[in-house]
Formats: sequence, C-alpha cells, structure tokens
Amino acid sequence: MVPLEYYLILSAVIFAIGVIGVLVRRNLIVVLMSIELMLNAVNLTFIAFSRYLGSMQGQVIVFFVMAVAAAEAVIGLAIVISVFRHRRSLDPQEMQLLKW
Amino acid sequence: MDASVILFYVISVLLVLSSLMVVFLRNVIHCALALVAALFLIAILFVMLHAPMMGVLQVLVYAGAIMVLFLFVIMFLNPTAPEPRRKLWWGFGSLAALLLAASLAALLSNGEAPADPVAATETFGSPETLAKSLFTDFVLPFEITSVLLLVAIIGAVVLAKREP
Repeated sequence: MVPLEYYLILSAVIFAIGVIGVLVRRNLIVVLMSIELMLNAVNLTFIAFSRYLGSMQGQVIVFFVMAVAAAEAVIGLAIVISVFRHRRSLDPQEMQLLKW
Repeated sequence: MDASVILFYVISVLLVLSSLMVVFLRNVIHCALALVAALFLIAILFVMLHAPMMGVLQVLVYAGAIMVLFLFVIMFLNPTAPEPRRKLWWGFGSLAALLLAASLAALLSNGEAPADPVAATETFGSPETLAKSLFTDFVLPFEITSVLLLVAIIGAVVLAKREP
C-alpha cells in the first residue's frame, strides 16, 4: 500500500509545475491549462485524504471542484476569444488597459 | 516491493513528465495533448485510491469535455505568433516553483496523517455511496452548483458573441 505522503508530495510537485506555467508562459491558453493542472493536483490531495481517512466527503468536494473547473474553463476561454478578437494576440503582457 | 507501489512510481514519473511537457512545450496543441495524458494518469491514480466514480468523471469531464473545448478554441484562434522567451524570467519562475514545491512537500509530509488507511469497505467510492453523500450532506452546494453552471453558460454565450 502506498503511503499517504507519496500522494501528497506528488500533488505538491504537480501544483508547483502548474505555478511555473502560470508565472512564465506568455500564452493565455497555456496559462488556463496550467490552472487546470493545479486544480487537478488539489483534487488528487482530496481523493488521497478521502481514501486514507475513510470518508466520502473528499470525493464529493472533488465533484464540486470539477463543476467549478468546467465553469472556469468555459468563462476563461470565452474571455480569451473576446480578447483575441480585440487585440489579435494571446500575450497577457499586452493586456494593460487597467495598468496604472 | 508491493505491486501497487511500483505502479504508483511508474504513474508518478509519467505524470510529472507530462505536466512538465504541458508547461515547457512550445506548440499549444502539444501542450493540450500532454495535458490530456496528465489527466488520464490522474484518473488512474483516482481508481487506485478506491474512487472509481471520480476516475470515470475525470476522464469524461476533464479529458473529454474540457479538453475538447480547449482544442476547439486553439483551432478557432489558430495562434501562429511565436511566444517570446525570456531566460531570466523562466529561471525566476522555476526557482519560485521549486521553493513552493519544497515547502509544500515539507509541510504535507510533516502532518500527523494516518499511516495505515482505513480498511475500505466493498462499497467505498461506489456511485451509490457518492450519491448518498451528495444528496444528503451536500444538497445545498449541489443546487448552487447548478446555478453556477447556468451562469457560466449564459456568460460564455454573452462573452463570445460577436458584437453587432
């Protein structure tokens, strides 16, 4: 049986990889994909705790996280489309209309 | 060594590799396909953790619906401009993420987590127990989620509509 710590460390690593993507990529679609990766790392933590504590609540919360992630992806991609339509670019550095 | 431990090692190596490919590949389509691979591997981990229903939902919702949406938007926009790379910023971001991973791992492995899992019953993680928990303890969040999805649908249609 795999110890719980292995799952937790694996999900910490996956989460950190997602953070790299959000910090350094200059393509909005890849940034959204990195956010999905981070959400999945957290889901893995929830499922691992649910298994090791013998409680179904973790799995139910993962269910809700999936619904929220789907809504987030839909809205995020709609915003990407409308930004691309205005600026012809997917570079987040060029979105500085609100920058002081 | 136990067979499940070997399987866990194989899957985690593949998972870390495909996650790194999501972040470091240059072509957006390749990133999306690497993300599909990562999501499938996470689904396998879910099944290993006695959550078969969540594994099925992971494949259907994430690797199916959400990734099709991503690929559709990539092909719709067809971004051809090459992404500029700044070495310094990449180094800084990777360093920050390494620090984050190290501190998270130290924090998570320090907790008083139970060493032995609670013995899983036959029905643990089955759709039946999931639905029982969902429709008794979590009814209100479930209903609010349906409103959230409605808002997302309307918002997506309004945002992506071409202005007259």
